[in-house]
This record gives sequence, structure tokens and C-alpha cells, in this order.
Amino acid sequence: SAWSSLNMKAETGTTSRRNFGAAIAAGAAALVGAPDNAKAYDLPDLPYAFEALEPYIDTPTMKIHHDKHHATYVANINKATEGKDEVPILALQADAIEAGKPVRNNAGGHYNHAFFWQEMAPADEAAKMKPSAQLAELIDKSFGSMDEMKSQFEAAAAPGAVFGSGWVWVCVNQAGDELKIVGTPNQDNPLMKGVADEIMFPILGLDVWEHAYYLKYQNRRPEYVSNWWNVVNWDKISENCAYVVENHAGVSV
Amino acid sequence: AAANLRSSALPDKVAKSAAAYLSAAPSGGKHELPDLPYDYAALEPVVSAETMELHHSKHHNTYVTNLNASLEKLDAAVSAGDVSGIIALQGALKFNGGGHVNHTLFWENLAAPEAFKAPTDGALGDMIKCCFGDFDKMKAELSAQTIAVQGSGWGWLGYNPKTGAIEGATCANQDPLQATTGLVPLAGIDVWEHAYYVDYRNVRPNYVNAIWDIINWDVVEARLLAAQKAAGKI
Repeated sequence: SAWSSLNMKAETGTTSRRNFGAAIAAGAAALVGAPDNAKAYDLPDLPYAFEALEPYIDTPTMKIHHDKHHATYVANINKATEGKDEVPILALQADAIEAGKPVRNNAGGHYNHAFFWQEMAPADEAAKMKPSAQLAELIDKSFGSMDEMKSQFEAAAAPGAVFGSGWVWVCVNQAGDELKIVGTPNQDNPLMKGVADEIMFPILGLDVWEHAYYLKYQNRRPEYVSNWWNVVNWDKISENCAYVVENHAGVSV
Repeated sequence: AAANLRSSALPDKVAKSAAAYLSAAPSGGKHELPDLPYDYAALEPVVSAETMELHHSKHHNTYVTNLNASLEKLDAAVSAGDVSGIIALQGALKFNGGGHVNHTLFWENLAAPEAFKAPTDGALGDMIKCCFGDFDKMKAELSAQTIAVQGSGWGWLGYNPKTGAIEGATCANQDPLQATTGLVPLAGIDVWEHAYYVDYRNVRPNYVNAIWDIINWDVVEARLLAAQKAAGKI
């Protein structure tokens, strides 16, 4: 799309404000009649087609989730940060609660969804992947086994655990030596000060807002959650783990 | 209240009534999913039959089932004098009890579009004029608040027993209006995504704007009169 031709990500992979002038020069031809392009944040493209995660996540859900829900968070965080210094979306997370609801909900929403798309892959590719040695060791140390981790994760994702809309995360703790599972409401995430006992660094997260699964699963959230493991990109999760353990910082999106 | 800590030590008569209170249901045992006062298709085109069936027979039904299960656990914890256990159940009770209460109120304050009657006169009409100016202004104000709910929650028109006025309010998740704010619920609008996703996808404003046409204003007025009476205002 014309829009994605402007998504010139910095080498570190961070999503941040591009040079306005360069953007105009590069995109002018493609952008006749397009909306204002002087925005800090962009809706990132999915790393796969909308139908790629079938049958576990359906095509219409991927389309609406990305093109409507995520896009709205991007539009809203752009509005909320208009006129402010340009920073990567990751940098807005730590003080998001203090910054007030528009930033909390929309900086969180943008980060969470950008993070989410990257940690999934088509089922046939995902099936060939497994956690790195480092990640596997952390999983066994923190939970006993992968099965035990999945079981605890599914319990944390159940409707009786996250009472309304929210996310469930596997995070590396501050010390970098243990994994924790934490559920967060609405668009909060463990990178935000005040959400958990300490800031933690997500390596894996699952959207359990109803919009993430309603078209295919209706109220059957447990089925959505147990099916989701089929599309987890364990290579990316392992990368996330290595990065956060080394840097004591959140993954860039 | 202190007696509840050791209900197994209470005299039989009192113990029985305590247990009955804890399981307080008209059926004398468990809470039940109420029937809708109309067919699943009755609220079309504002809310589809598909949504109504899912919403009633799956979502609301699950709250009822889980409320009953939580109350059984509560009975056991009370009988055992297990205060930690009692406290640990509060989240589930609020969530499932609130879900049951909220949805029961909701079904009752909806009606077929053909039955729509604007609340322009009578006790409710006067109260709307008094507190909001007119019906359109009330809708605009409540719509804005309700659409703005973050994540899952409800929009409400409520009666304030202290001031005697009606006002708009919102609650998160399944938090029940009266227990949370003290306002008496008059009309509720469910804005959990399950309430509108099938019909409106992510466009919550379209759903909220449309639902005013299927509010049962007779029921709302009846609730207002009951609330005013209970508050000693009439």
C-alpha cells in the first residue's frame, strides 16, 4: 500500500517518527490525496497475510483487528502526542499511567498490538520452531515445564482471571533470571510503572479482548487460548527473551 | 455479621436462613437464567437474533452458572469459618453476580423498535427535562460517556437517591451500578464487545446511537417511581 512504502523503520527496528521532509520527498507521488503524513506513529504491516493464521485465528478477525482496532490506537496516540517530542512507542510505556488515560490506553494499545503481530507465524512454520536453550531453561526453572507454563498461562487467560478486556503476558523479571505470568486489564502492559510489583519485560503476550476472538470463538475464550499456541513464533519469543535478559529493557516494535 | 464467621456453630434455624440468604434466589436454591420478555429476533434490526441468542444463552447463562458455583464455595467457606476463603471469592462474586444482575436488568429495559415510545412526559419525561434539558441532550451525554468506556463495561441511566436527580454513569467490567456508585439502575447499555461485535464490529458508536430506539421507557419509568418511593421522595 502507499502507506507502507513510507514505513522506513530505523535500523534498530524501532517504530518512530520519520524525518518529515524525507517522507514527503519519498512519498509525494504515491500520496496524492492521502491523509496527513506528519504523524509520529504508523500502523505496521503484518508480517504475513491476513489468512496466514487460519484456522486458529480467522481472516476477518485479523483484518478487523489490524485495520480497525490497531489503526484506531495509532490514530489516537498520534492525536494525544501531537506537538510533543518524538519518541519510540516503547519509550511511552514506563510512564503511561502517569501520563493519563489517552496515553495509557493508546500508547499501550499501539505497543501491545505491534508486539502481538510479530510474535505469531503461520501454523506450519510455527510447528517447526521451539524455544531456544536459554528460553527453555528459563521456562523449566520458572514453571517446571513448558506444559506447566501453558497451563498456568491458560488459567491466567480464563474469563474468571482477566475479568473484562485485557492481555496475558509471559515476562522476564527485573533481575533477568525468572519468567512470570501476569494478566493486565485493558491496554496496560507490564512495562508500565504501577501495573505490577515491578516493571517486567514481556517476551510473549496474548490479546484476550473479545474482539481478538469473537467472530470465530464467540464466548469460547478457553478454546481460542488453547488454539493460539499453534501460531506462536517461538523463534521470535526466543529472540525477545535473549534481548530482554541482556538489556533489562522491553522489546522494540 | 460476626456470627457468619462460624455459621456451623449457629442454631439450626438461623443457620438455615443464613444459607438461604447466601444462596438468595427466588427458586429457593440456585439462581436461574431469566427468560427474555421477547423473541431473540424482536430487537432487530438494532440487535440481531444471533447476538441476542449468544448474549442470553451463552454469556448471561455462564454468569448464572458461575455465580451459583461461587455461592456454593462461599457457603462452604462461611461454614468453615474460612475468612481468607471468603475474601478470595469476592472477585468471582462481583464478576458473576454483577454479570447476572446487569444482564437481567438489561433484557428488561429493552423492547422491540415498534414499541418505542419517547419519554417526553410523565414522571420520567419531567425528570429528563429537569436533569438534562431534553431527551436529545440526555442521549447525547449518555452516549458520549458510554462510548468512551475503556475495554469492557456498561453505560447507565441512574437515580441518585440523595439528590433525587437522574444522571448518567459508567461502570467497568461487570461492576454493578448500585453497589459501586449508590445510583439505582434505571436503564443499562452493555458495551462489552460481545454485545455488539456480530452486528457492528468495532463501531461501538453506531451501536450506542442505535440502542436508544429500543429502550423500554415504560420499564425505566417504573424503576424511577420505585426508586423514588424507596428513597422516600414520593
